Amino acid sequence: MPVPPPSTLSAGRRRRSAAPLVLGLAVLLLASLVCGVGLGAAGIGWAEVLRFLWAGLTGGTVRAGDAAAYTIVWEIRLPRTVLGAVVGAGLAAVGTAVQAMVRNALADPFVLGVSSGAAVGANAVILLGAFAGLGVWALSASAFASALAAMALVYAVARSPHGLTPLRLILTGTALAFGFEAVTTVMVFGAARGEAARAAMMWLLGSLGGATWAQVPLAAVTVAAGWAWLRVRAEALNALAMGDETAAALGVPPGRLRRELFAVTAAVTGTVVAVSGAIGFVGLMVPHLVRMLVGADHRRVLAVAPLAGAVLLVWADVLSRLLLAPAELPVGVITAVLGVPAFLLLMRRGGYAFGSR
Amino acid sequence: MRLDIEDVTVEAAGARLVEDIRLTVDDGSFVGLVGPNGSGKSTLLRCAYRALRPAAGAVRLDGDDVHALAPRAAARVLAALPQESSAEFDFTVAEVVAMGRLPHRERTAAEDRAICAQAMDRTGVGHLAGRGFLALSGGERQRVLVARALAQRPRVLVLDEPTNHLDIAHQLDVLSLVRASGPTVLAALHDLNLAAAHCDVLYVIAGGRIVASGPPHDVLTPDLLAEVFGVRAHPVRHPGTGAVQLLFDLLPPTA
Repeated sequence: MPVPPPSTLSAGRRRRSAAPLVLGLAVLLLASLVCGVGLGAAGIGWAEVLRFLWAGLTGGTVRAGDAAAYTIVWEIRLPRTVLGAVVGAGLAAVGTAVQAMVRNALADPFVLGVSSGAAVGANAVILLGAFAGLGVWALSASAFASALAAMALVYAVARSPHGLTPLRLILTGTALAFGFEAVTTVMVFGAARGEAARAAMMWLLGSLGGATWAQVPLAAVTVAAGWAWLRVRAEALNALAMGDETAAALGVPPGRLRRELFAVTAAVTGTVVAVSGAIGFVGLMVPHLVRMLVGADHRRVLAVAPLAGAVLLVWADVLSRLLLAPAELPVGVITAVLGVPAFLLLMRRGGYAFGSR
Repeated sequence: MRLDIEDVTVEAAGARLVEDIRLTVDDGSFVGLVGPNGSGKSTLLRCAYRALRPAAGAVRLDGDDVHALAPRAAARVLAALPQESSAEFDFTVAEVVAMGRLPHRERTAAEDRAICAQAMDRTGVGHLAGRGFLALSGGERQRVLVARALAQRPRVLVLDEPTNHLDIAHQLDVLSLVRASGPTVLAALHDLNLAAAHCDVLYVIAGGRIVASGPPHDVLTPDLLAEVFGVRAHPVRHPGTGAVQLLFDLLPPTA
């Protein structure tokens, strides 16, 4: 069995502090937000974009002739870009948590069936008009509820008399994810309205095309709260990542922590899927990349990963708008196109321990 | 600190894994738990470090039921080396050792660093601090896990086959390390000679029940070893230390 030379693997790795990286990514995220607003099919000059942003932020005024361009910048591009950052951050945070929870670096909300579960709820609202009584909250509430239900189902099915093992969770999640996708597909094809069916397909692949300011607060608050909670539990996640018995011996009851993680994962995933559809690869890739930079300690991974996810998704969305402009690609296609080769490259480089030694 | 296991019974999927186990580890002593594979050693130890809740009975630390304590409070006095070694993520040695500080409250980063450095010095893994845990040899890993347990500053240490997969030098090394580090120890051991040499008291478990207990030379009799382990044992004196050591044969086929 080939054993990687340890000194070259770890000695050069920076494990001291994530602070410079966090600061750098925060600056990069701000710059990316501005770029995300500045780049688009409608050619609006950078000077104007900045002027509109400034006017919007400070409550200033714009000339009547600029009203159309201002609306594009402030009412269409900005909420979309901000929402992209929120969704990217949420997916990266939840992906990190799920990987620690099932102790497998190849897991994310998709593998556990949470995203496809949430998509069922979202499509029930779009295509069947379910939960109409909840008004504008119907979509988020339904996606969240079905994400929770999917998690609970995966949890219940994966349970055995000997407890809950990560492998059973992953296998159950994968199997049920196919089932949820089938349900969504049936709903799409059963729907009479052709437009709705196309929109639902867009949801399955992920898109930020429908972003409005109204969607931002709930998503931002949920993602921020989920991130904060995970940061508080970062050390416990380290213990859980070492094994259930190790966690128990360190005073972290693994069953209780896992149930908490289920709830947080469902809440963040449901909220995120409700506004962006099922965007893949961000939750899987970003934690990997971040671990290569800062090591496995969740205190550092959780400080860095959401910022990295936010930057990644803002740029993926920019590409989705520009590549075939004026037509738009689903953003999930971009993340997959970026994610698959990056993933294969990482595996081939072998500079990262995947655990199956 | 004294560890008492009182009439502990564990059930899983309708089967009784261990039944009415009564076992005492006096303050500062090193108690060994020996028994054939599947006899319930690990199950019993899991009850002590709270990975399992017994169906009946109690595990007490100086009289307090560990399952009634807050999880972190229990982990501040009792540390464990579980047998599992599923390290999916490439933590560094320093990070693994630092996990031992998790149960402690109102700690400072400086204090944690000092305690971890001391634990790593004592187990001789200080030079590995920046290395990846997954890339270590079996012996190095076990020393690192002992360091993590010591960083927990426990008063009771529970070890589940700590010498598994180690070569003979590392086996002796890990046990003397634990012995020298002070706390009360309860260890499941599969090597009877190691158990005889290192333990003050041995408990023999078979089929989920304690079948014998006492000082090693009283317990490890040829009759008991034949009955419990199915081997013929020949006790001999160690020419250097005088300790009782055992040589083994298969039992002659019974007519």
